[in-house]
Amino acid sequence: MTGCGGDTGGGGTEGAGGGGDAAGLSFDVAKDVALTGSPTFDAIKSSGKITIGVKEDQPGLGYFNAATGVRSGFDIEIATWMAASLGVAADKIDFKPIPSANRESALANGDVDLYVGTYSITDKRKKLVDFAGPYFVTGQGLLVAKDNTDITSEKDLAGKKVCSATGSTPIQNIRDNFPEATPVEFDIYSKCVDALKSGTVDAVTTDQAILLGFASQEPDKLKVVGEPFTTENYGIGLPLGDTALQTFLNTTLTDGNATWTKIFDATLGKSGTKVEQPAVEK
Amino acid sequence: MNVLINNSELFITGFKNTGILFVFSAFFALILGTIVAGMRVSPAPAMRGAGTFYVNAVRNTPLTLILAFFALGYPQLGLPQISFMNAAIVGLSLYTATYVSEAIRSGINTVSVGQSEAARAIGLPFMQTLTLIVLPQAFRSVVPPLFSVFIALLKNTTVAAGFSVLEAGAIRAYLSERGEPLLPGLLWVALIFVVLVLAILTPLQRYLEKKWRVAR
Repeated sequence: MTGCGGDTGGGGTEGAGGGGDAAGLSFDVAKDVALTGSPTFDAIKSSGKITIGVKEDQPGLGYFNAATGVRSGFDIEIATWMAASLGVAADKIDFKPIPSANRESALANGDVDLYVGTYSITDKRKKLVDFAGPYFVTGQGLLVAKDNTDITSEKDLAGKKVCSATGSTPIQNIRDNFPEATPVEFDIYSKCVDALKSGTVDAVTTDQAILLGFASQEPDKLKVVGEPFTTENYGIGLPLGDTALQTFLNTTLTDGNATWTKIFDATLGKSGTKVEQPAVEK
Repeated sequence: MNVLINNSELFITGFKNTGILFVFSAFFALILGTIVAGMRVSPAPAMRGAGTFYVNAVRNTPLTLILAFFALGYPQLGLPQISFMNAAIVGLSLYTATYVSEAIRSGINTVSVGQSEAARAIGLPFMQTLTLIVLPQAFRSVVPPLFSVFIALLKNTTVAAGFSVLEAGAIRAYLSERGEPLLPGLLWVALIFVVLVLAILTPLQRYLEKKWRVAR
């Protein structure tokens, strides 16, 4: 399995995508979609709309430019592609920002039909929601200030202040496996990046894909160092038990090879990284 | 029950830190609040002005902003660095002290003016009038509002979760990331808060009210 992060090495300066501009992709909207036994799809079909939960503070992946009102990033394009395969045009998609901690309840309560936003597939989560995919593979990485030479990999974290989102898997990993590092946690990653720029913390850690997005916004101040030291598989979250929809989206991902590469090249791939689409889980 | 047992170390760490935040903040807020209340009734206009300004400025600022300042702004001022826990204690103390001050001031207003006139008549200066005559009587009548302030403080500690203090307010985010069902987790957090209030603060309030009861 080839991860995005695995290939990027230390190339944080080029970064990914940059938030703000739509990728300019368009997807063929499927007509007369045949999908039976999916309550989620039935609801989508009867209303003609789909609600997709996304992140909006992750440049390159899921980003909302408040000035232009444009959403952009890899996850947004994947979401648009999935909607098109279900027969919903881009202008009928209702993107809803849902923070990480509320994802399971948003899917369970029906607030969103799908969730596409750096959602790692884990066994525990599979008990609460179903996943299609994975559609992307990355791993925990490190973001530091451009002029930082102390930290070149996760082995240099002793005595450093390392920031991530409250309760997130990366910060729990730091607590458990890097006891000599000081964990710092804010509710959102952008606060960590602010703290990094002001020198309050020494490094920000989370999935390398997210970090590349931040580095690309300010290549003069930030850089990604080291290799990813975990493996995260991003999946499309859907309501628990909707196996028909899960199978349908997996088929869409598998059968649309060129589409995936096009999406990647237009967003995260701007960093110059080449990545193969991961195979979906059976 | 499973959520609680499987994540017991998380609940223990969380509520231990909540306890630390509460005990230290309550202690400092009580001291600072008493001092500020004293300033607000002092004969010196400068003291009164400073006390009034502090109460009005801090009490009318959202707690989130105060904690944000201590967690994110303070480190950039070039002053000695303090841990996020201590920063949260400072922020919570400063915030709660304004409410303590107002509760105590309302107690001071219940002490009849004859008391301080009598104190002055036997030659006591302001400080002694306040600490020996007025405040001991004022405290008796402000036990219920003061405890409301402290119960609010206990719950306000959860705001610190947004500023890198792993306390009860952060438990939800951890549970969600661990893939635990959220609702039982939240109910446990709420239940423990209720138990803390009913088991510790309410009996203490009842004890103090009984002990300091005034025959009227």
